[in-house]
Amino acid sequence: MRLHTTTTALGTLALVLGLAAPAIADIRIGATLSETGPAAFLGDPEAKTLKLLVDEINAAGGVLGEKIELIVYDDGGDPNKARTFATRLVEDDEVVAVIGGTTTGTSMAILQVFEDAEIPFISLAGAIEIIDPVRPYTFKTPHTDRMACAKIFADMKARGLTKIGMISGSDGFGASMHKQCLQIVGDYGIEVLADETYGPSDADMTPQLTNIKGKEGVQAVLNAGFGQGPAIVTRNYQQLAVGLPLYQSHGVASDGFIELAGASAAEGIRLPGTALLVAKLLPDNDPQRPLVTAYKASFEAATGKPVSTFGGYAHDALRILVDALNRAGKAEPQAIRDAIEATSGLVGTTGTVTMSAENHLGLDLSAFRMLEIKDGGWKLVE
Amino acid sequence: MRLSSKTTTLLALAALIALAPLFFPSSYYFRVGSLIFVNGLAVTGLVVLTGYAGQISLGHAGFVGIGAYACALAPVHLGLNPIAAAVVGAALSGGIAWLVGRPILRLKGYYLAVASLGFGALVSMVLANEAQVTGGPDGMTVPDPGLRALLKSAGLDLSNSAFWYAFSGIVLVIGAWLALNLYHSPTGRALRALHGSEVAARTVGVDVAGFKLRAFVISAFYASLSGSLLALQNKFITPDVAGYMHSIELVTMTVLGGAGSVLGAICGAMILTTLPQVLTVFQEYEQVMLGLVMMLVMIFMRDGLLPSLSRKIRGRGK
Repeated sequence: MRLHTTTTALGTLALVLGLAAPAIADIRIGATLSETGPAAFLGDPEAKTLKLLVDEINAAGGVLGEKIELIVYDDGGDPNKARTFATRLVEDDEVVAVIGGTTTGTSMAILQVFEDAEIPFISLAGAIEIIDPVRPYTFKTPHTDRMACAKIFADMKARGLTKIGMISGSDGFGASMHKQCLQIVGDYGIEVLADETYGPSDADMTPQLTNIKGKEGVQAVLNAGFGQGPAIVTRNYQQLAVGLPLYQSHGVASDGFIELAGASAAEGIRLPGTALLVAKLLPDNDPQRPLVTAYKASFEAATGKPVSTFGGYAHDALRILVDALNRAGKAEPQAIRDAIEATSGLVGTTGTVTMSAENHLGLDLSAFRMLEIKDGGWKLVE
Repeated sequence: MRLSSKTTTLLALAALIALAPLFFPSSYYFRVGSLIFVNGLAVTGLVVLTGYAGQISLGHAGFVGIGAYACALAPVHLGLNPIAAAVVGAALSGGIAWLVGRPILRLKGYYLAVASLGFGALVSMVLANEAQVTGGPDGMTVPDPGLRALLKSAGLDLSNSAFWYAFSGIVLVIGAWLALNLYHSPTGRALRALHGSEVAARTVGVDVAGFKLRAFVISAFYASLSGSLLALQNKFITPDVAGYMHSIELVTMTVLGGAGSVLGAICGAMILTTLPQVLTVFQEYEQVMLGLVMMLVMIFMRDGLLPSLSRKIRGRGK
């Protein structure tokens, strides 16, 4: 009786084992990104950017005379799935390098796989933990939250704002930035008088903002968060007529944010962003100008959507990788790793990258531009 | 006959686990295999709860989360070996299940489903929000239990994926063996009796609330151990494991394969774990496919895939 059950089980297993093995190809680069799920607004432009750029590179003759084959998996933002795909990229697809880990959670979950397999890995997530302490095979392209905090605090200090209120999202991004900001706020002689949080799906932040507004002596407000939260904070901020300078994080540096919050509510907000966002405003002699203008044009022509900082992270990761491949002269993981670590003065969308054995990010504060929202558009401060 | 059916199930399971690696083209398949076993273990617990006792829990990922975070937190704060931490996690999960289940399982109907739903949400919120302890939504690392190093010093050098494949495979076989034993024990009979009719079971002297509670606690043990296994082999854990979607996945696996049969439910775990790997091209439609599969199984094979199929094959043989 049970034997039939067994036959059925065996049959199912045989079916499962039918997973196809991939064909051998040229230079194989893997990626596991969160194209769907809660981090889709990060992962989707990243995946589109990678596919677009790889097509462009291959059309132009490839790298080292060979074509690049890009294998992208969608982990849906689930670290456990990401880990499985990471194993698959290493063991089954036999890639020479991996880009990805859209979120800090997925990146932290998969980096050990690449460390063990000795394959270079370039993460697209924000947290400083990914590259600090430095791991031999792990690199990343986005600036850390700490750098965003530093940029904001430096601007506050320059404006003479020394007593601030903070309101942070309780999601991964908000929590991480909140922590990093509090660690360095003292270095700038700035005091946090009010410290409020909101949940990632909250629809109203009036109570928290009322608390901040009621605190004696607050001169400015900093909102650490991304997604829809900061847009709601911005609208509530206008409704309550708080009237103090409002700073947002680099997490909302996109045109979508102005649309969501409304141009009138967003007027005067300052935030640290990348050159990509203000491509048109950059001076002619800016080293990043040609690159960001070209990427913006090709991305918008191919997808019909505005570029975002996040797609830029993927752009830079691939650029670092291709640059390293060219300098290494061969598509071997060890050689690529050494070449990535020796990256020097490479201009990307987020900044100019110079890596070293102690620094696997390679960006400094100049990578950030302080932006202000003016008449529904962006303006460079400085 | 009764004994032999149990033995065949166990032998079949052990043989599948032991022989499958012969067909693995790369060690990535060990990873998929060990994920199947991890989910299979949690699902075996749900067979006891849903298949034997007829209760539905929509918050079992909460126990998975407790088990997983026990392995991450207890070594840091209590200095325990991660394996011992898994046992502590299981005990904690069992204790919480007892506390939650005791008042609720006295009631008839859907109360357990609703209460467990709330419990699951609570656990995942605590894990995500208490960032200073749990690392928040970004998760935290889990220390290595050192088992692989131990095996290596004993002369058996397995790759990471192969080791966890073997380890979770063995845990799953033990788990299945215990669950199958339970089925034929007096407790199992009592559970099946109250599943059939609570009134009838009470009439013949079955302590309905007590046995339901026992099934709930047992299934919490299984879920917690599955979470620990996952944490130990991933060496990194985020609150996603305790999320609502994971609870639903577990229930879907159980019902898809056949809630009444241990092997069936493990088959359900196997299908739903491998499906996203096979269908990477259709990732966007994964949820749609899951929903469709679920509906079709419920409409056409109400006992679940494996029992329905094996009945069909048997029928044709006559």
